[in-house]
Amino acid sequence: MSVKLARADRRAAWMFMAPMLVAMLVVAVWPLARTFYFSFTDAYLDDPTNYSLIGFENYLEVIGDRTWWIAVRNTLLFTVVSVAIETVLGLGIALLINQAIPGRGLVRAAILVPWAIPVVVATKMWEWMLNDQFGVLNQVLISMGLIDHGIAWTANGSLIMGVVIFIDVWMTTPFMVLLILAGLQMIPGEIMEAAEVDGIPAWKRFWSIVLPLLKPAIGVAVLFRVLDALRMFDLAYVLAASSEQVMTASIYARNRLISFQELGIGSAASTWVFLLVAFVAILIIGVLRLDRAAGEAP
Amino acid sequence: MASVELKSVSKSYGGNPVIRGVDLAIRDGEFIVFVGPSGCGKSTLLRLIAGLVPVTDGEISIGGEPVTDVPASKRGIAFVFQSYALYPHMTVARNIGFALETLGLGRDAVRNKVAEVAKLLKVDHLLARRPRELSGGQRQRVAIGRALVRKPEVFLFDEPLSNLDSDLRMEMRIEIARLHDDIGTTMIYVTHDQAEAMTLADRIVVLNHGVIEQVGSPQELYHTPKSRFVAGFVGSPRMNFSTVAATGIGADWLLSGPGGLRLESHVTGNRSTPATVGVRPEALSIVAPGSGRLDGVLERIEDLGHEHFAYVRLDADNSWVVRLPARPREDRDTKVGLSFRDEDLFLFDESGARLDHAASHERSAAALAQTSGGGIAA
Repeated sequence: MSVKLARADRRAAWMFMAPMLVAMLVVAVWPLARTFYFSFTDAYLDDPTNYSLIGFENYLEVIGDRTWWIAVRNTLLFTVVSVAIETVLGLGIALLINQAIPGRGLVRAAILVPWAIPVVVATKMWEWMLNDQFGVLNQVLISMGLIDHGIAWTANGSLIMGVVIFIDVWMTTPFMVLLILAGLQMIPGEIMEAAEVDGIPAWKRFWSIVLPLLKPAIGVAVLFRVLDALRMFDLAYVLAASSEQVMTASIYARNRLISFQELGIGSAASTWVFLLVAFVAILIIGVLRLDRAAGEAP
Repeated sequence: MASVELKSVSKSYGGNPVIRGVDLAIRDGEFIVFVGPSGCGKSTLLRLIAGLVPVTDGEISIGGEPVTDVPASKRGIAFVFQSYALYPHMTVARNIGFALETLGLGRDAVRNKVAEVAKLLKVDHLLARRPRELSGGQRQRVAIGRALVRKPEVFLFDEPLSNLDSDLRMEMRIEIARLHDDIGTTMIYVTHDQAEAMTLADRIVVLNHGVIEQVGSPQELYHTPKSRFVAGFVGSPRMNFSTVAATGIGADWLLSGPGGLRLESHVTGNRSTPATVGVRPEALSIVAPGSGRLDGVLERIEDLGHEHFAYVRLDADNSWVVRLPARPREDRDTKVGLSFRDEDLFLFDESGARLDHAASHERSAAALAQTSGGGIAA
């Protein structure tokens, strides 16, 4: 290609990129930069124009706060447990509906329903079903004689994290199923037939062939879910507002920013959340070698 | 090593028959090739023998043991796929040795067997590589190695060379023939490639719409095809056919067709009416117009270097191919005559069955002499 043509190509590429770059600048880079900037100030939300730079004081304030660490512990616990359950369940269901069973299309469509419901609606729905006096779950358990009186699922301190995880699993397992199913369908049927003819037992076929070939798909699904779970806000907030038992790092940041009007500290907390998410993302990509595995398609 | 026997094997998908009552006996150590147009069921038949798909009806036995209800893994077969179906995340060594891992063999024993097979197939320098780092030919060698290492009773090949370019295909074809000579294992091979079928097979099975049209040695199929279908399928370029009108004159037929074709023919045995004549391109020669058996216009010449194909138009619907060793002297768009010997004429009736005629007996005798004891249909 001539130099002139190459230059024209490059110019066209920039022209196509320009609208997206402008949009990114306005909706992503600018707010992020502002947040980052405010995290080094003592600004308050009622008058953000009046502030002075105070260095890393806000960051130290956040990590010196006991509540922050409770929120981080909650976030990590929620992330690890819910993503683990979703991955196992998602893999299991994907393997099941990958089989040529009658009505498979219907099952695949139906399984997406929980994922299509807005988080707030799903949470409110489950909150009602789990209500200690009027909830359908307690009614069923009582009528079966398993319990004498209703359990306060969403009020009891030790149960509420379980409830949050349960609702999240209910809502986002379909996402896992979909991504893993797509991965399963990428595995050529002849590879599985070759293993069958070779007399490889079913468990070994799964363990040594299906799982390694699914690794990139599962890796991407886990990465997406972990990043989502680490900044989880809506589910816990709708279910328990600012109860410490399920307060996530994002809820902590929101409380400092909105409830306490501390623009500087809230921004610092948000930046910490961002760093936490980025750190975990790099860790996962590194451990699973997703960048390299992507080129390993059969 | 083992024989393979199919007894009225049928397969249908959702009431749609794909294989219809196939009977076939394959001898121990035989090299059998399944050919047929796409959709004739040749791959399905191979998969039925492998046990990758269950039969709808009928029985299959391998080595005298009924295996109809035996899973693929217990049939003592190995399968080589067109796509190679190598495990993409494993090295060549592990690909070959993977099946042995589950047999409880020691690590050293597995390594030795893998090394032995890899050496035989000349992939011993590639053992540490992954399939994506191999060429198509190397991948197919590894796939054959993976099959070989298990010492199967029967080898099944599903169009194994179709993804290779033509040079490599020829090279691998010779290697597969050599492999069969060396190990003598029964091999069943599906292909749509004429050359592979003709050169590899002890016997060829021609399939059409899920039924066997004919089983026989390559020479039998070429010289004495049972039907117009087989005649048209074996040989390249394919046999020239033309519809003829037949008038009975006592025991003989007077046949007239395009290009001024007029033949007198004495059909022996079967008394059906001839409906089609066929002559192979290599049995035709170009002569002066009027001095041959047919006349037409030389429309086109394809020069392949070592041979030439001349296309002669007899009438609006019929154009015959002539295979010539050298370029014809005649120019394009000139009138030419075509001649052939009586014994090179094939006659078929309305149903497509080949009719023996007086001259064709000479051909049969010649063909049988040529095959000299080569397989007769079982």
